[in-house]
Amino acid sequence: MTDSVQQSGLPALETRDLAKSFTLHARDHLSFAVLSDIDLAVHAGECVVLDGPSGAGKSTLLRTLYGNYRADRGAILVRQDGEAVDLVRATPRQILAVRRRTLGYISQFLRVIPRVPTIDIVAEPLLALGVGREAARHRAAEFLERLALPHRFWELPPATFSGGEQQRVNIARGLIAGHPILLVDEPTASLDAVNRATVVDLLQEARQAGKAILAICHEEATRAALATRFFPVPLKAQAA
Amino acid sequence: MTADLDQPVLEVRDLAKSYGDRRVLSDIALSLWPGEVLAIVGESGSGKTTLLRCIDGQIAPDDGEILFHSRSQGVVDLATLSESQRRRVIGNDLGYVHQNPRDGLRLDLSAGANIGEPLLQAGLRHYGRIRQIAGEWLAKVEIDASRIDEPPLRFSGGMQQRLQIARNLVTEPRLVLMDEPTGGLDVSVQARLLDLLRRLVADLDLAVILVTHDLGVARLLADRLMVMQAGRIIETGLTDQVLDDPHQPYTQLLVSSVLQL
Repeated sequence: MTDSVQQSGLPALETRDLAKSFTLHARDHLSFAVLSDIDLAVHAGECVVLDGPSGAGKSTLLRTLYGNYRADRGAILVRQDGEAVDLVRATPRQILAVRRRTLGYISQFLRVIPRVPTIDIVAEPLLALGVGREAARHRAAEFLERLALPHRFWELPPATFSGGEQQRVNIARGLIAGHPILLVDEPTASLDAVNRATVVDLLQEARQAGKAILAICHEEATRAALATRFFPVPLKAQAA
Repeated sequence: MTADLDQPVLEVRDLAKSYGDRRVLSDIALSLWPGEVLAIVGESGSGKTTLLRCIDGQIAPDDGEILFHSRSQGVVDLATLSESQRRRVIGNDLGYVHQNPRDGLRLDLSAGANIGEPLLQAGLRHYGRIRQIAGEWLAKVEIDASRIDEPPLRFSGGMQQRLQIARNLVTEPRLVLMDEPTGGLDVSVQARLLDLLRRLVADLDLAVILVTHDLGVARLLADRLMVMQAGRIIETGLTDQVLDDPHQPYTQLLVSSVLQL
């Protein structure tokens, strides 16, 4: 699938005239325009890092691209099986299929089903692709090993883990399915230098393997290491 | 079965119901595919349970279609079937889990017979085999198999609810309707039941419509969410969309009323 994307030269992910606002009905229907006229393209093998001050809407853009926030207008075109699926117009089932197979999202904070052991949380995206339980857990163990999460934690739910441990669980879960497109929000924010270097390596490997990556990252060294290009998200005057 | 995945197991169109001048359901439309869990949330009196009962045939709608994809007869409109036709066509393709397990169990039968009875109705005759399957299902819903001959009234509320779920799932229905299945249970018992439901739904690739007023339950179990108010569907989408980016005033109020999701 990735090959055909590269051959055709079409972006893996593209937006056209994308806009997102929020209306707070309890606050006298106050409306914020957060994003407008976003025209963005990310190709296989690229890592585009979003550039813009806090509050400009970078995380909102990632969530909108994942279909978590619903766009006001415009298009979000995701390449899947050589076709462009527009997530703004897609049915819920189509969005779920795109998330399962093509579009991964590593959020800033781990939000998972309580009481599920860490290794199963990491393995879950592979199970959703039809991989057998043992094979999926085996692959999950490889990721947790690489991210240096101590073995004694693997069978525990991550609720009581430190911020840095939870973030590594989140990254393992986000990378395990090998999605062709990855949306990554602050992947190294609460990590020490050693773990940060591991995460940078993992994302570099993913990009070199042909993944298209769109990332938010504030830390200068990590930005420099990851970015093949920057995309500006300007701060908007917040009234609509 | 593979071809069936491309067809909805249930499609409701333009469903309406009134009691006298009071409209309790208007313009209800929804589709559900195999393996999907749809949660319906909304306040008391919004029509959630009425909708579920219409689909289940307990209430006759005034208008609209309820197209169900049955194993034996393909797509049939449940809204037009008589009770006896309905039973013949649907057989065990449709399950209903009541909020109060006593409404969905036979209290005069043992736990094992509660699971075995639907198998008997489905035509299974070998007593030893029925008992064996009942034992397996007790284990699946985490009830000690040694209690197979006890009546459900000796069980705790959480166990009764798990037994009701086993009674519904033993015949491998295509669609299960659940009305507040975790309502009225202690929080810790609720959590265990939710874990169980999540596992069974995934393992059996069930289609489920789940009525709940608990957004946490919806977040945990449902792929899609529908918000009802005054008999209408006011908002619908993926569960994470509706909960993280609610659009309608009532949905925003509902989401903001919960401490943390």
